[in-house]
Amino acid sequence: MKPTWKVQLWRRFIIATVALYLLLPLYSMLDFSTKPFGLGSSGRTLASWRVIPSQPDLFLAIFRSLITAGIVMLLIFFLIVPTVLWVHLKLPALRRPLELICLIPLAIPAIVVVVGIAPLYRWISINLTESPISLSAVYSMLILPYTYRSLSAALDAVDINTLAEASKTLGASTFRMMTGVIMPTVRSGIMNGSFIAIALVLGEYTISNILNYKTFQVVVAQVGRSNGNVAVAVSLASILFVLFLLLIVPSKKRQREILDVDID
Amino acid sequence: MSASAYVQLAGLSKHFGEVKALDGLTLDIAQGELVALLGPSGCGKTTALRALAGLQELDHGQVIVDGKDITFQRANKRGMGMVFQAYSLFPHMNARENVEYGLKLRAHKTAADTRKSRSGELLELVGLSTHANHYPHQLSGGQQQRIALARALAISPKVLLLDEPLSALDAKVRTQLREEIRRIQIELGTTTLFVTHDQEEALGVADRVGVMRNGVLDQIATPAELYDRPKTAFVAEFVGLTNQLKVNVSGGGFEILGSKVKTLAGSIDSGMGTALIRPEAFDVKANKNGNAKIISVGFLGALCRLTINLNDGARIIAQLPSADCTEFTFGSPVEVSLSAKGVFVKGI
Repeated sequence: MKPTWKVQLWRRFIIATVALYLLLPLYSMLDFSTKPFGLGSSGRTLASWRVIPSQPDLFLAIFRSLITAGIVMLLIFFLIVPTVLWVHLKLPALRRPLELICLIPLAIPAIVVVVGIAPLYRWISINLTESPISLSAVYSMLILPYTYRSLSAALDAVDINTLAEASKTLGASTFRMMTGVIMPTVRSGIMNGSFIAIALVLGEYTISNILNYKTFQVVVAQVGRSNGNVAVAVSLASILFVLFLLLIVPSKKRQREILDVDID
Repeated sequence: MSASAYVQLAGLSKHFGEVKALDGLTLDIAQGELVALLGPSGCGKTTALRALAGLQELDHGQVIVDGKDITFQRANKRGMGMVFQAYSLFPHMNARENVEYGLKLRAHKTAADTRKSRSGELLELVGLSTHANHYPHQLSGGQQQRIALARALAISPKVLLLDEPLSALDAKVRTQLREEIRRIQIELGTTTLFVTHDQEEALGVADRVGVMRNGVLDQIATPAELYDRPKTAFVAEFVGLTNQLKVNVSGGGFEILGSKVKTLAGSIDSGMGTALIRPEAFDVKANKNGNAKIISVGFLGALCRLTINLNDGARIIAQLPSADCTEFTFGSPVEVSLSAKGVFVKGI
């Protein structure tokens, strides 16, 4: 049935409102970053954008943050996802305790977390490494609530035990069952959890700043202290960069090929 | 244990805490035979099937298939095809990919073109060759179960295991698919164990039906034997409808409604008991001076069901061909007699 004109109008209004809500801040950032320095100046300039490449530490910080996000992704794929799947399939009694553990980072403010882990990171920076990449350990803990929730929602939407048993009776080993059936089935949950995790890692400021690590957000904040226009230009560039990353994310078919590992 | 048995379940026991799911279950299935396990919820029928599939560990007992002890063999090595009660098609694969999945996993990986032709044959067999590229969410419940059947058969299973595969479907589709399962099973000669709580389903498709209670088989027999000559009161009451009438047993029989009727094996030897009489065992004829009166007439299509009050106060249900019911209405006087050769009588 074709929706009435009232319904269509209402839908368009909602879409326009949401688009405005999302695009207005971006437009404002673009507007601010292209305004010339100094009072009374008029016209447009790309000066703030041109100086981005010359910002000290910026590209190194982006690189470090991306590496950190990559390590967090690996931890999600090889540690968190298998653990959650295993608990759902084999140890259902541990589902509640696991959920509780995963939700703890949500209940504890970042500032409290950082106070708790500061001595540990002091030790790490003295004895192991000073690289901000070591933050991936604490970030993989911070992303737990989001990754767990999206994964758990995807698992609850299907009868995962029956699929696992069907796969086994057809001859699949546990590894083949996990990689060939279960993971592709909850692919959307894994992807959603991963995107949220990447966004969180690239946007995290409190912990890295207090622990004195120069991650992307920390460097952006430092730039902002000396030049607001450049800081806004860098922030907008980073948003566009993440959008670009999302656009080049594998298509559905390629995701399937990646997850449907063939070990024969 | 029969020497000709292809599948042998010997003394299977499984406890879940205090609950005995299987209590020494023993069952033999011949090659190419379809055996249905029937019983109320919690009787252990699904546990037995899962034990055969390798999805349920046992406390005691032995599972032998084709002369080989597979009690401790893992589910993925047993070569059983299984259709589940819940829809179990892999949602990220289309119908053809689902059917080919088991073939891809074979030890010597089946060649792609062989897989394709095999999946094509099976989709044809279940009547869904035109749906090969459909994903599970694009298929109805009945179609999904057909694809699941094709997927289970694709690996040429040693035993086909059906765990209430029709219970989520509506009545018409259920009947169609039930007949289709039987046709395919006979065509392929696949040894099959079918678990259900629906007696019509079990009696309609199986070579033999085993009635389970409290983790053991109460009786296993052909559908006709099970229905006509139940060996226990539980089987008599669980399979089909029964009327319960008080009778006095002596000398291997009893008198009721002017007829002398023999008791079946397993009945009480003598004294007062309750006869379990099938509705169709009664003959009902219009008779002004009869021994009963009609209370209600229910139309069931080819059959009609009469509720009758006997003059001695007992109430019975009788079942006749619809054509014989046309003259009966509420209050019609009738003569009721019994035409059964044997009736099971349980103690009071």
